[in-house]
Amino acid sequence: MSLTLFLVQTLNGLQFGILLFLIAAGLTLVFGVMDFINLAHGVQYMVGAYLAAWFTALTGDFFLGLLLALPTALLFGLLLEWLVFRHLYGRDHLDQVLATFGVILFLNEAVKVAWGSSPLSVPIPDAFSGSVRMMDGLLYPVWRLVVIGSGFAIAIGLALLVSRTRLGMLVRAGAVNAPMVSALGVDIGRLFMIVFGFGAMLAGFAGAMVAPILSVEPGMGDNILILAFVVIVIGGIGSIRGAFAAALLVGLVDTLGRSFGPQMLRLMLDPSAASQTGRALAPMLIYILMAAVLIVRPAGLFPAQR
Amino acid sequence: MSAAGTDIAVTAKARQAVGGRERAIIATFVLLALAPIAAQAGPQGYIIDLITRMMIFAIAALSLDLILGYGAMVSFGHAAFIGLGAYAVGILASHGVTDFVVQLAAALAAAAVFAFVTGALSLRTKGVYFIMITLAFSQMLFFFGVSLSAYGGDDGLSLPERSRLFGLPLFSSDKGLFYATLACLIGCYLLCRAIVASRFGRVLRGARENPVRMTAIGFSPYRFQLVAYVISGMMAALAGALLANQTGFVSPAYMSWQRSGELLAMTIFGGVGTLVGPIIGAMAFLALEEWLAGLTEHWKMIFGPLLVCVVLFARGGIMGLAARIGGKRDG
Amino acid sequence: MAEALLSVDGLCKAYGALTVSDNVSFEVAPGELHALIGPNGAGKTTLIHQLSGLLRSDSGHVRLGGEDITRLPMAERVHRGLARSFQITSILPGFSALENVALAAQARSGSSFRFFANAAREDDLNAQAMESLRTVGLQGRASTPAGVLSHGEKRLLELAIALATAPKALLLDEPLAGTGKEESQSVTATLRQLKGRFAIVLIEHDMEAVFALADRVSVLVYGKIIATGTPEQIRNDPAVREAYLGEEGEAAHA
Ligand SMILES: Nc1ncnc2c1ncn2[C@@H]1O[C@H](COP(=O)(O)OP(=O)(O)OP(=O)(O)O)[C@@H](O)[C@H]1O
Ligand SMILES: [Mg+2]
Repeated sequence: MSLTLFLVQTLNGLQFGILLFLIAAGLTLVFGVMDFINLAHGVQYMVGAYLAAWFTALTGDFFLGLLLALPTALLFGLLLEWLVFRHLYGRDHLDQVLATFGVILFLNEAVKVAWGSSPLSVPIPDAFSGSVRMMDGLLYPVWRLVVIGSGFAIAIGLALLVSRTRLGMLVRAGAVNAPMVSALGVDIGRLFMIVFGFGAMLAGFAGAMVAPILSVEPGMGDNILILAFVVIVIGGIGSIRGAFAAALLVGLVDTLGRSFGPQMLRLMLDPSAASQTGRALAPMLIYILMAAVLIVRPAGLFPAQR
Repeated sequence: MSAAGTDIAVTAKARQAVGGRERAIIATFVLLALAPIAAQAGPQGYIIDLITRMMIFAIAALSLDLILGYGAMVSFGHAAFIGLGAYAVGILASHGVTDFVVQLAAALAAAAVFAFVTGALSLRTKGVYFIMITLAFSQMLFFFGVSLSAYGGDDGLSLPERSRLFGLPLFSSDKGLFYATLACLIGCYLLCRAIVASRFGRVLRGARENPVRMTAIGFSPYRFQLVAYVISGMMAALAGALLANQTGFVSPAYMSWQRSGELLAMTIFGGVGTLVGPIIGAMAFLALEEWLAGLTEHWKMIFGPLLVCVVLFARGGIMGLAARIGGKRDG
Repeated sequence: MAEALLSVDGLCKAYGALTVSDNVSFEVAPGELHALIGPNGAGKTTLIHQLSGLLRSDSGHVRLGGEDITRLPMAERVHRGLARSFQITSILPGFSALENVALAAQARSGSSFRFFANAAREDDLNAQAMESLRTVGLQGRASTPAGVLSHGEKRLLELAIALATAPKALLLDEPLAGTGKEESQSVTATLRQLKGRFAIVLIEHDMEAVFALADRVSVLVYGKIIATGTPEQIRNDPAVREAYLGEEGEAAHA
């Protein structure tokens, strides 16, 4: 296993982790503050990617597209909240699962109707296309670095927002004890809406940022949603810090596991058995990780203080 | 006395609901038994095939209701057991073992072991964490299926032939498979009904309502929940074994999380904790899916909002709705 | 005094910096009714949780009939004859009163891993449950869903459930909590009937009931037992009067 390959995969893992964090951040807050299981959070990511692709095609400029996509994703999230989700707060988790499952079915189909079922591709903005030489023999695509950088910036901003502002304080308090916050006279409905819209926009942003490097297609949010759930469960529901740590962990474990798992196993098994077992085990790794974390710490790594 | 009055009214209403359910399920079974005869008037093969499929998922939804409705265990990974059952049939058949008894024994054993191990771990967590850990375990199995390159990996594998029963090609005719499935469905229903009313079921139901109380009279809910989880998993594996025969095909897609979501949806759609509801719910779910798919390619755009509406406006699913309509008529 | 049935020795429990049970020791003889009184937040419920096994103790020992049960889980303690009731009613609201009690009987009569026979038709269990219901005077409400019973009836049902576990010792956490005058009289009458048949630890704020029923009284303040004695001794204990009965003593004079 060469060092450069390892570094490249580590960067890929980071990029994947950052992507997961952007999606998981909203999910964990919505979950923590509103006790609401939103399976439809993954389609917010998809919608973000589609909007970015669409606006980019319309305007011919990715950043203009992004600028238009973000508020649209926000409005879209708020619309969904108003139409469906707000009627589900305080309901049984089962009801929430079923209803948001219905929303997924609808939206996955709706994007097909609107944009066709074949994947859309978004060109990487000119200024950031190509690769940089990070060290001898290590070329890395610039856009992926941009994704990593912007993700970290948002993570820091979010951490400040949650730890330093009044809104953040309410969110933290809400994650621990929502009825109490409500009893103190805070308009919990509005707080929910803000948190929700914010989460939707972050997921949309994630979708938009990876639109140039992934294919934009119906159902693209489904699997990443499950990974985001893995992240927030490992991190501890309601905890931004936990989501961040867990997202990077999951991103790195998944990426490195897939590329180096078989080689590691070769130390113990004969080559063909190693590559077979390795390929079988790699995608399961993060689920094994999650099960292990939950067995040792049933409320995740950084449980919100209750 | 007013208290005694409400007392009698409550018991009477409960009894009436149970009576209504009983009638509904008997009617359903009779209609199912007659369906192949009635289907002669139409595209028989298609109808028998569809109804067989509906009954298979009814078994799976029923098994889910046992833990969901009576044990409050929200499993978001139930499709894993369907996959285990289906793969047991598919893998054995590909090695020339076509006897259903052997295949089923393998399916049930695999499901029991998987349920026991994952259940023992999952039941240490509560609430949302339980939902997510069951999901995680089923995803593991899903990816394991994908990695089984000897058995088709991602693409799955086709059954060389349908299972035989003691050497007889009983399932090879669609009607044979139909009645075998119906028999399994009725058997599972009766089994679940007995379990729910038994000593075991009573403890399980008690633990759903108030686990602390159950501990305070000397039960450890954990053991009961685990056994229920195993029973439920085995029943879903039976559904999987039948499904492999019905489709003649096995693939990891049977275990995807969307499948688990659909099973939950079927169960809730019918009415959680009623046994009858999930049976009817699963069949209505698939029938509706089939009907809408016939109307438009984009049927999911109708189906999705319909699920949302069921949650928002029809609490308790079909059985809840039926009970309310029945209550209104009598009240 | 007779050999203690329940003996508590140096039990401690802290929530972070807050010590809720502070080196608590006392004994209850067979048939003795030992009342535990103390102001709100003194740690009475916590102590019952520790004795029953709902909460783990930080240190100390609980013995039942000479056996150390400190490390046993709650369900095991019940099987050894230690039953409890809850301050905040804890019943199975969807089950009939009879079934609530029958479940307790089921817990100690044979295996509950029976999957086929209808449990509600087991005459033996129902008869035992009915017996307990009769003891507390709820025999007329047997088929009523527990959730729709009146508050006082629920308190009685709690007692019936505890009785149906065939206990040697009963831990009763404010059986009179929230009851009205009439209800409290019927619960008190039931308690009087139980007295002498079991070793009972009774937590109660209703002093009238405590002094009428108790053989001995312990006073818990800030997690510490500050006095133990006969009702008469406690009534006259200056430390108790100061720490706890102060107000009530004056109220009684007024
Ligand atoms: N889970 C907990 N975490 C932290 N502190 C707790 C917890 N449970 C109880 N306490 C504290 O322990 C103390 C004792 O509570 P406990 O319920 O045992 O009192 P009590 O004597 O039963 O009061 P009451 O007469 O009101 O029933 C209280 O100060 C309470 O706030
Ligand atoms: Mg108390």
